[in-house]
Amino acid sequence: MRELILLVGLALGAVLAWGIAWGGNGPEAVEEGAVDAERAELIALTCTACHGTEGRVVTEIPPLAGRPEAVLQAQLIAFKRDEMPQATVMPRLAKGFTEEELRVVARYFASLDADE
Amino acid sequence: MLGKPVNRREALKRIGLMGAGAVLAGCGLPAYANRGSNGRVVVVGGGFGGATAAKYLKRFQPSLDVTLVEPSRRYYTCPFTNLYLAGLRDFESLGHDYRELEDTYGVRVVHDLAEDVDVDRRRLKLAEGAELSWDRLILSPGIDFRWGALEGYDEAAAEKAPHAWKAGPQTHLLRAQLEEMEDGGNFVLVAPENPFRCPPGPYERVSLVAHYLKHNKPRSKVLLLDAKDNFSKQGLFMEGWAEHYGDMIEWVGLSDDGRVIRVDADRLEVETEFGTIHRASVLNVVPPQKAGAIAQRAGVADESGWVPVEPNTFESSRVPGVYVIGDATEAAPMPKSGFVASNQGKITARAVVADLAGREVPEASWTNTCYSVIAPEWGITVANVFEVHNGDLREVPGSGGVSPSGAAASFRRNEALYAEAWYAGITQDVWGTRPGE
Repeated sequence: MRELILLVGLALGAVLAWGIAWGGNGPEAVEEGAVDAERAELIALTCTACHGTEGRVVTEIPPLAGRPEAVLQAQLIAFKRDEMPQATVMPRLAKGFTEEELRVVARYFASLDADE
Repeated sequence: MLGKPVNRREALKRIGLMGAGAVLAGCGLPAYANRGSNGRVVVVGGGFGGATAAKYLKRFQPSLDVTLVEPSRRYYTCPFTNLYLAGLRDFESLGHDYRELEDTYGVRVVHDLAEDVDVDRRRLKLAEGAELSWDRLILSPGIDFRWGALEGYDEAAAEKAPHAWKAGPQTHLLRAQLEEMEDGGNFVLVAPENPFRCPPGPYERVSLVAHYLKHNKPRSKVLLLDAKDNFSKQGLFMEGWAEHYGDMIEWVGLSDDGRVIRVDADRLEVETEFGTIHRASVLNVVPPQKAGAIAQRAGVADESGWVPVEPNTFESSRVPGVYVIGDATEAAPMPKSGFVASNQGKITARAVVADLAGREVPEASWTNTCYSVIAPEWGITVANVFEVHNGDLREVPGSGGVSPSGAAASFRRNEALYAEAWYAGITQDVWGTRPGE
């Protein structure tokens, strides 16, 4: 139960932080954040065509689920900025999204458990 | 939480991405169980588009009543059949079933052919006589061939000069013909005008046929007669052909009299626009195409034979409540690829769920990555990100593109490795096939 309260608290905190991050304030900003959050999930779903459902398939292409948010974020942004010379398709794909969108996608996969 | 696996629903809660209503609705109920339907969705076609749509409908809204209509119990993908033709992959490794959709997601899978549809009464008629009714219909019928549009090329001709553009008996027929071909023979592939299924497919096919011939019948030649002057990843294919096959592969484009206007399947001959006759030992004709038959029956296709759709949802532009995804659609600049069909399946599933709930559809993104294998350790790619801009589909400016030309062999090897990994990833995402299964 304590965990549940904590999670609800975290979720509320995240929603509020979201609203602030998107530059608004008050209930309207939270609503705006919620719409963009749905969009974040749709972006994450483009990843699973190679990384497997919820980013859990382990092949030469690395899994995404449960990896540290900071690591995923740094990698995605480095792809977008062409700072990963060995990369193949990821720089071309990452350039289709804003850095803010990449951060939210990183958060999405980091929040999933690595195992089903 | 409490040691249970964290799934998408939990993840959205944890990171605050789900509205309060959605969080409450998810409490205490088993994932994906039918809990009293709040909408019936029928999906026609169990390929990359349809199977993905069915799975993600249930992931987004477990209480939906989702029925998938697909004749095959085991579906063989067109992607990677070229590796089978080259002897590099077992045909069975291209087969996928519907157990995950049924057992994990509670999709009702009906193995029958969707024969006819009444869009006014919202009923779908199956070949064995049953009828299904829907609140929303998603068609993912793939392609049909325009038999006779290329003179001399009909279903009977395809038994002698296979297309092998749908995985199955035609693929086996072409493989058998390659095995029987004499050393020093001439493999001829006839490629159509745009648009058609899998734009890089003809070029990957001649690459891998050349690989097979180089190692088994090295005196043979490969001729590609093309109705176009430009093709997908052209520079990279030509670079790879020179690297691996020397002058074994000859490509003849439209301007050099590459357009075939007549096929004689009995004599294994083709005639081009300006009257040149080419004789083949093995003749592979990729014919002109159109949307699958059920799209024509539903009245969603236009004069071109393809299906116009609303960009953000892929709802038919002609028939409200009917959504169409995959190769059947005219969704340029998106290619007719399995990757894109699957991505459309997810976005359209989301749009259908939102529509049934009377909610706004979120802004969509689609990506594509097409791998082509030129030789076992030589892969190339094109990647794209698509968006809706001023009511039209377009590529996001500054994104996407093809592999660099002149890249190191290690780069090509990595893309060949990733091609195999992509296949494992997408077939898990679509059908639940585990890598190595």
